[in-house]
Amino acid sequence: MNRFDYVRAGTVAEAVQAFGAGARFIAGGTNLIDLMKYDVEKPGRLIDITRLPLDKIEAHGNGLRIGALATNAKVAYDDRVAERYPLLRNAILAGASAQLRNAASTGGNLLQRTRCYYFYDTATACNKREPGSGCPAIGGMNRIHAIFGTSENCIATHPSDMCIALAALEATVQVSGPQGDRSIPFSEFHRLPGDTPETDTNLAPGEIIVAVDLPESRFPQHYTYLKLRDRLSYAFALVSVAAALELDGDTVKTARLALGGVAHKPWRNREAEALLEGKPATRESFQAAADLIVSEAQPQSENGFKIDLARRAIVRGLEQAAAGTPQSLSDKRIQ
Amino acid sequence: MTDTASPQTFSSTGRDTFVGTPRSRIDGPAKVTGLAKYAGEFAAPGLAYGYVVSSAIAKGRIMSIDATKAEAVPGVLKVLTHENRPRTAWRDKNFQDQVAPPGSPFRALYDDLIAFSGQPVALVVAEDFETARYAASLVHVTYAAQEPGTDLGDLRGTAYDPPGKRQGIKPPPKPWGDADAAFDSAPVRVQGAYSLADEHHNPMEPHASTVVVEQDGTYTVYDKIQGVSNSHQYLTNVFGLKPDQVRVLNPYLGGGFGSGLRPQYQLFLAMLAAQELKRSVRVTLTRDQMWSFTYRSEALQTIALGAEPDGTLTALRHDAVQGTSQYEDYQEVVVNWSGVLYKCDNVALGYRLVKLDTPTPGDMRAPGAVTGVFAIETAMDELAYATGMDPIALRLKNYAESDATAEGKPFGSKELRRCFALGAERFGWAKRKPEPRTTREGRELVGWGVATGIWESMMMQSSAIATLTPDGRLTVGNSTGDIGTGTYTILTQIAADTLGLSMESVTTKLGDTRLPEAPVAGGSWTAASSGTAVMKACRKVGEQVFKLARAMENSPLANVDFDRAVFADGRISVAGDPGRSVALVEVLQAAGVDKVEAVEEAGPDKDFNQAYEAYTHSAIFAEVKVDEELGQVRVTRIVSAIAAGKILNPKTARSQILGGVVMGIGSALEEESMLDHRIGRFMNHNLGEYHVPVNADIYDIDVIFVDEEDKANPLGVKGLGEIGIVGTAAAITNAVFHATGKRVRHLPITVDKLL
Repeated sequence: MNRFDYVRAGTVAEAVQAFGAGARFIAGGTNLIDLMKYDVEKPGRLIDITRLPLDKIEAHGNGLRIGALATNAKVAYDDRVAERYPLLRNAILAGASAQLRNAASTGGNLLQRTRCYYFYDTATACNKREPGSGCPAIGGMNRIHAIFGTSENCIATHPSDMCIALAALEATVQVSGPQGDRSIPFSEFHRLPGDTPETDTNLAPGEIIVAVDLPESRFPQHYTYLKLRDRLSYAFALVSVAAALELDGDTVKTARLALGGVAHKPWRNREAEALLEGKPATRESFQAAADLIVSEAQPQSENGFKIDLARRAIVRGLEQAAAGTPQSLSDKRIQ
Repeated sequence: MTDTASPQTFSSTGRDTFVGTPRSRIDGPAKVTGLAKYAGEFAAPGLAYGYVVSSAIAKGRIMSIDATKAEAVPGVLKVLTHENRPRTAWRDKNFQDQVAPPGSPFRALYDDLIAFSGQPVALVVAEDFETARYAASLVHVTYAAQEPGTDLGDLRGTAYDPPGKRQGIKPPPKPWGDADAAFDSAPVRVQGAYSLADEHHNPMEPHASTVVVEQDGTYTVYDKIQGVSNSHQYLTNVFGLKPDQVRVLNPYLGGGFGSGLRPQYQLFLAMLAAQELKRSVRVTLTRDQMWSFTYRSEALQTIALGAEPDGTLTALRHDAVQGTSQYEDYQEVVVNWSGVLYKCDNVALGYRLVKLDTPTPGDMRAPGAVTGVFAIETAMDELAYATGMDPIALRLKNYAESDATAEGKPFGSKELRRCFALGAERFGWAKRKPEPRTTREGRELVGWGVATGIWESMMMQSSAIATLTPDGRLTVGNSTGDIGTGTYTILTQIAADTLGLSMESVTTKLGDTRLPEAPVAGGSWTAASSGTAVMKACRKVGEQVFKLARAMENSPLANVDFDRAVFADGRISVAGDPGRSVALVEVLQAAGVDKVEAVEEAGPDKDFNQAYEAYTHSAIFAEVKVDEELGQVRVTRIVSAIAAGKILNPKTARSQILGGVVMGIGSALEEESMLDHRIGRFMNHNLGEYHVPVNADIYDIDVIFVDEEDKANPLGVKGLGEIGIVGTAAAITNAVFHATGKRVRHLPITVDKLL
């Protein structure tokens, strides 16, 4: 871990002003501190934002505004979230541990970095860590890596569970920065690696997340967060599915589907969602959507199984959502 | 309680007041309140902190090490490398610790050669840990890298029979009969290839050593080790110190599983730096660095079984190829178990090594048995299906009544039949429908599997001290470690029973080289070895106290022979005449002595070992529920029926088995160190990505201890540290087959293997 300056911001404006090259905002620190211990992140300055008044969860139009500093636990156990956005609650509780969720912030969750082995290991090359050094995950240990939207420079995945739900719920990220305030639709918040895998999001330098807005609740009945992993708890997703449906009788009126563990960002395919809409909520419809989604998948040397797993997980997730039987958090049996 | 003291009880604890009863571990409160200190937690005045710089390459040479930036950081005391290290001994034999395999042990910072990825190449020592860690990131090392060879499959053609055999490890016996011919002509045949992933021990406590330089120039060393005598011998041999110049302690271990059997490089580095700087130094490895020494090497195994239609085995061939390092020939017993478990007239067992550019593998809980028994017990399940027999019936059909790998010597005891019977009853095995894929619960397929477990029952030469003081307190101990198994507790039970005291009046001390010597805690031999030594020392104290008692004025024990003495409730009384008694405290006070003390030694019973072979056995039953579509396996029930001689403490014993079973579930479903062969590096080197079971993975585990009388040692114990894990993975693979019809022969059974 390198030496760094530490400043504490009292207001959002102060925080933005304190930002400069090599600075990082720190809230829960559950990922940043790890990365600093690994010398992956070497900030010259840490700007402590934990005193900013951004931890409220409050009504916002017909939706809900979640302050960037609301902890993952606070969001998950908020009654309004549980009632109106149970998909979000379930996604949060499918991740990390109680201790981590008590510390981790909403904004920080959006900024989690990949768990790619090579990214974490400074003895190896990594384009995300050291642009231009190469990507040993390609042709290497990549069973946990991406099958969608990869580039020849990076095949890393985005690790968050919460973000998969936020993508399906079409949240909006409110940010504040040197150029003022702006809103970023969730689907445009994270980015694909392309030629610049070192950049995970479309935040401009110095921009700080202040809130995440949830639109009006539409999926309190038909939803699920189905997470498949290498053990039954406390592991990152190999494939996860956030599925949300509005049904009109047995017909799908609206479908939202986001996948985790398979791409550099929460993966959505609007064509597949459109394909479901107006169709009967049957396994056949779900299979057609799943087939369309995975038709774009590109396997690496060791993660070809994820294509099949994703296809099956999508179908199961949609079945759970349609039946109104979301994946239980305590019973590890998959319904 | 019995009140007879027959002559035989001279060699036992005499009465079982505490022995055989469930007792909470006496070190529990200290551990859960944080009072228990571990090797990396002991403080010393002026303590400096070392941080290891690890090699980025697996094979090649160090071209240069530029430490100038690191040295310039305020607070940095020294950067040690192969270029400036102080001199130590250089002969291999000085570095060979008590359990070293044949070869030339690794020496940190010895020269510019790199033998494995993660090899220590520099030690940065600073006033505090954070400074050392930061400065370590500034050490710039350039390498001339060569292509490493770490792929066991690719290098299989280079396999060799190790010329030097590892002490205590039986090489495969010579073949008997003609396995190949018998296989070719067998009416029923099964053959397959099996493998287990590379696994790392991953105890909660990372390896650490604190070397304290005392004012008189001696060293007090706290080392993460499963037996301090090994570190002590290593330090004196490597650094040319006299035995009394070094004291090594390790009162507690935060898990070892074998990773702490050999002194590891952090001990060498801490002592090197302490000598160089003439001040106390601590070196603690990071979690990632826990992948830079010792591991369970994957083994590539093949098994061929031939049988008559009635299940009689006619041919058994079991071969294994296992990795070792370039510098040592680590060996374990992988294939012999097949020959021990089953009676067969034509058997060929083979075991060879392949040199890899990795650290030397090492003993990891039930080394070799986990690996080999997984393979043979999976193959036996395949044979059960091939013959249409019940898997238990097939095993009983070929049940070995003597050890064919040891010229047919009988077993000292073997209650494996009872294990099957009691385990099957508890599990409900009789209700099993043999056909795979016959039971479904909702979306899940349900499967039941069974397997056998086996481990050697060993005893090692051990000594122990017992000291009784006039305040009625008894202190016992030796240098072995309690590696979390309950050794403190069982030794306290044994000591209390031997002298008829309460457990509260006994203090057990372990993990200190000032105590009588005992071997490392491993191999499941500690209960037998240290337990017998403590019992003998206490017995000796009893004899001495008895003599003093008899010599008392108006002694109630006058003219009584020792074999009529009964020790109970803090008193010595006369068998059959309980009115005649005297308190131990009174005796010591009357005699005016400040203590009665004895040091006794215990070792293997040569006559017994001449006549018998000694093993523990188990029958493991597993229930799995498999969501076939999504490749998810849940191990919903395990019954492990254990025959391991006398159970000293059913509570800590059960914990031992539970831990073994959980580790077995990890081995079956999760644990896998992933080697990137292009760079010879384990890549998932942290607990986030190397998966061990968490609570959610564990459902019901039922442990049964089957009564078994054994006479290998006076206590009748056989040891429990390893048996819980052995065979567990096979019971699970067999259950997965029963559930799904898919035979998985390569562990772990991750999602991708079931899709």
